[in-house]
This record gives sequence, C-alpha cells and structure tokens, in this order.
Amino acid sequence: MSEALLDVEHVTMRFGGLFAVNDLSFSARPQEITAVIGPNGAGKTTLFNCITGFYKPQVGRITLNHPSGPLLLERLDDYTITRKAGVARTFQNIRLFARMSVLENLIVAQHTRLMAASAFSLAGLLGLSRYAQAEAQAVERARHWLDKVGLTAFADEEAGSLPYGHQRRLEIARAMCTGPVLLCLDEPAAGLNPRESAELNRLLLDIRAENGIGLLLIEHDMSVVMEISDHIVVLDYGRKIAEGAPTAIKADPAVIRAYLGEPDEEEAG
Amino acid sequence: MEYFLQQLINGLTLGAIYGLVALGYTMVYGVLGMINFAHGTIYMVGAFISLITFLAATTVLGTSVPLALVLTLFAAMGLTALWGWSVERVAYRPLRAAPRLAPLISAIGVSIVLQNFVAQAQGARAKPLPPVFRGGVTLMDSGDFVVSLSWMQMVIMALTLGLMAAFTWVITRTALGRAQRACEQDMKMASLLGIDVDRVISTTFVIGAGLAGVAGMMVTLYYGVIDFYIGFLAGIKAFTAAVLGGIGSLPGAMLGGLLIGLIEAFWSAYFSIEYKDVATFSILVAVLVFRPTGLLGQPDVEKI
Repeated sequence: MSEALLDVEHVTMRFGGLFAVNDLSFSARPQEITAVIGPNGAGKTTLFNCITGFYKPQVGRITLNHPSGPLLLERLDDYTITRKAGVARTFQNIRLFARMSVLENLIVAQHTRLMAASAFSLAGLLGLSRYAQAEAQAVERARHWLDKVGLTAFADEEAGSLPYGHQRRLEIARAMCTGPVLLCLDEPAAGLNPRESAELNRLLLDIRAENGIGLLLIEHDMSVVMEISDHIVVLDYGRKIAEGAPTAIKADPAVIRAYLGEPDEEEAG
Repeated sequence: MEYFLQQLINGLTLGAIYGLVALGYTMVYGVLGMINFAHGTIYMVGAFISLITFLAATTVLGTSVPLALVLTLFAAMGLTALWGWSVERVAYRPLRAAPRLAPLISAIGVSIVLQNFVAQAQGARAKPLPPVFRGGVTLMDSGDFVVSLSWMQMVIMALTLGLMAAFTWVITRTALGRAQRACEQDMKMASLLGIDVDRVISTTFVIGAGLAGVAGMMVTLYYGVIDFYIGFLAGIKAFTAAVLGGIGSLPGAMLGGLLIGLIEAFWSAYFSIEYKDVATFSILVAVLVFRPTGLLGQPDVEKI
C-alpha cells in the first residue's frame, strides 16, 4: 500500500449548532479513485469546500502529500491551493467561464505557468519568444485535453453554448489543465444520460491511468461509484459510517440503513 | 458643412478623453461590480502630475518640448497608476468582504480626500499652462470659415487610438487579460484555477488609473487650464459614457465616450452652450429607458 496522497484527520466543520462534518478522518491514495458517498446533507460538499479552501475547518487537519513535500491545506490561501498544492476541482453546478471560448477556458487554467513565463505580461508586451513558446505550449496542452474529452470540434465555441454533457467534460478538462496531483469531482455524473455516464467512467479511469494522480469523487450515481472506485467513504450526518472497497460497502448493513432508513421497530417486533 | 466638420473634430477629441476615463470605470465595474467614484479624482491628479512634470521639465531641466511631452506622458501614466494602486490597497481591499455599499462610500471618501489634498497642496485657483504647440493643418477653407485640425487634436487622437489598440491586445491576447475576463465572470472559480485574484484586481486599478492619467495629461495640454475640481464633472461624464456604452463593456466605454463628446460639441454648436450638460444627461436617460443595459451591454439574463 503506497503512502496516502490526501490525509483528512479529525476534520470538523460546524455552522452554528449544525455539525456539517463531524470528526472525519480518511485518506486518499495516489493513482486511486476514492469516492465519498452518502445521503443528501451528509456533508460531502462541505468536505470538498474544506479541502479546496472555501471553508476553514474549526478542528482537524488536511494534509496533501505533494511530491515536493507535505502541505497543510487549511493553512493555504485559496488560490495557492491550486498553485502550490495542485488540487483542482469541478462543481456540482457547472462553473465554466460561459462567455469565453472552449479553448480559452482551458488556457486560462494554465495562468500560473503562463504568468511565470511572461514575467507578469511584461515579456508578453515586449513580444519575447519565451512567452510565445509558453503560450504555444499552453495551447498544445489545451488541445490535448480537448481531444481527450472529445470536444476538439467545439474549440472556438462559447463555453456557455455547449450542451450540458459537453460542459461537464470541459470542466474536467479545465481542471486537468491546471496540472493537479489531486482532482476533486463534485457529482460529475449528475444530469448525464447512461451513455454519457459510461463515457465519463472511461474518461476518469483514463485520467487515473495516464496521469497517475489521485481522484476524489462525490457521486450519487451508484453505477459510476461501484464501477470505477477503488475505495469508498460513506458519510451520514457528517460522520463516517463506513469505509472500504466497493464490494464490502455494498454489503455493509450501516450503509444500507443510512440509504434505506431504519426498519420500524414496532413492525419489526 | 464646414461648421459641422469642425464640431465633429472637436467632439471626437473631447470624446477620446472621456472614453479613456470611462475605460477605468467599466473595467473596475467588470471585475468588482463596484463603481469607483474616486476615478474622476484620479484623472484630476493625473492632470496635476502632468502640469507639474511638464513645467519642471521645460523650465527647470530645460528640455525640448517633444522630450518634455514624452517625460510627461510616462510620469502621468506611472504616477497616476501608483495612485490608483494605493487607493485600491488602502480604501477598497480591506472592504472586499463588506456589504456593497461600504466600498462605494469609501470611494466617495477617497475622492473628497484627494480633491482637498490637491486644493491644499497646489492651491485652489485654476492653473494655466501656456499653449504647448499652436497651429495645425487647414482641412477646408471656404472664405468665411476655416476648418482646422490642430496638432494637439491629432496627438490626442493618435495617442488614444494607440492606447486603445494596446489595451485591446492586453485584454484579448495576454494571460493577464484572460485572467481579468475570468475574474469578471467568476472570481472564486478563477482563484480555484490558481489565479491570484487580488493581483488581478490591483492590475485593473493600475491600468485604469494609468489611462485616466493620460486623459488628465491630454486635458491639461488641450485646454491649458486645470483646477482641483475638474475631476468631478469629467468623472460623472465618463461614468455616464460607461453606462451609455453598457457598463462592463470595453468597446462600449469607448463608444460611449465618443458619443458624449459628440453630443456636447454639437449641442453647443447648434443649440445653446449653457444647456450642453442638460442635453447630454437627457440623452443618457432616453437611451437607458429604451436600452437599460446600454448600447453594447449584455443583458443580464437570470436563469430560473
């Protein structure tokens, strides 16, 4: 078993009296797909918001074991979580730059590298070749991901005009263009039809195999979760109620209870 | 006809100046959704920096006029940009998370502070500058009326066109421009892609103030008289230009600026000069009644 990529330790996030996430600990390993599942309101998205810096958890620690050394995510500013730690994220409700072209959406995700190469645009203003080179590389990388998600034909369309399924795939491509070590996907299969959802499975497995990064996945669609996850964490009311391989989770009585509800005592008796 | 042509030239010159100031309003609105009411005052500061630099260069250093102009251009752009940066850093950034009204009030405060600072430091009386270069080319001479395009007007239009071209290139083609457009649409998402949003906002203020500085220099050289209060009306008019063109839209700001300049010039020429501001703002109201998002603005369609 390799070292964990992401270590979540005793994380608690409280809103007033509500414990959205309560003393949660788990790890995600590199080159694995870790799924976080649970009924609505179980704290899955709150957990994502803690990992990507939207919220600072009141208790606990989130460590990302970056190739260049461990980083405490809750101590980083929002944009450095992507820049330094290499955490990328997609959203349940798609957040593309709707009025930019598909290609531009992918190039803007490579901003950090471009700015460094362009000496904060000064070199770009002066037309230095180093900047032109970096720009060409950015376009190439963008084209690579367009090809991967099958959107090459739409490169110059406005992102907001794409059909829903395409937008989902574009958002994943954009996240990958930041060059992440951990990709967090918030319900990537929501609103997809079975064919699109099968394509998504292939894409995610492909990303895992080719890029060697870790994937963290929130998902309701069990066909996606059971088919591609290596490891599943089940949340209910902010607490972890089970953790393990897909087959074990399917048979876990606590999980079945959380999803189907407790059998009525009187009826049972 | 000759009279019309002359007013067209005058109106376009004035419009170019308004347009440059309007860009600053529209850029800041685009990124922060906030009206930077101190922007007109920044333009006034630019005018004073230009006046001081130009006089210092020509009298103290004794440089030739063209060299003094180049120096003034860089000083006006650079120092005014620095003012813009400081204002954002001191008065707006600490209020980023505050309700929307707070930075608005802070902006009005900054504007009053700057106005009074300049009035105290430079004196409240109007400051004249002798005409830098006279003359121009005669375009048409019908005997009783001469249509001329002065050198100054040519400089203003050429400089404005050059700045617009450079600016459009930065916004559409560079990493900085892309980041700016990304922040305009979704700041939180931009930061999740590794974009330093605070830096993008600073740059926006720096660019906007730099353009206003150039506009301040132009107005100083063109009219030859400035005082600490010129920022107020020019600011309101440039803001109007931004709204007329569609606030948030960069070509809109330029178009709005030109339109306001033309309306003023033609109204003064054919109707009455006293009522030129009344006319300008009446047309603004009329346009907004029929096109609430301005001429080139995008309608904000809310998805339900």
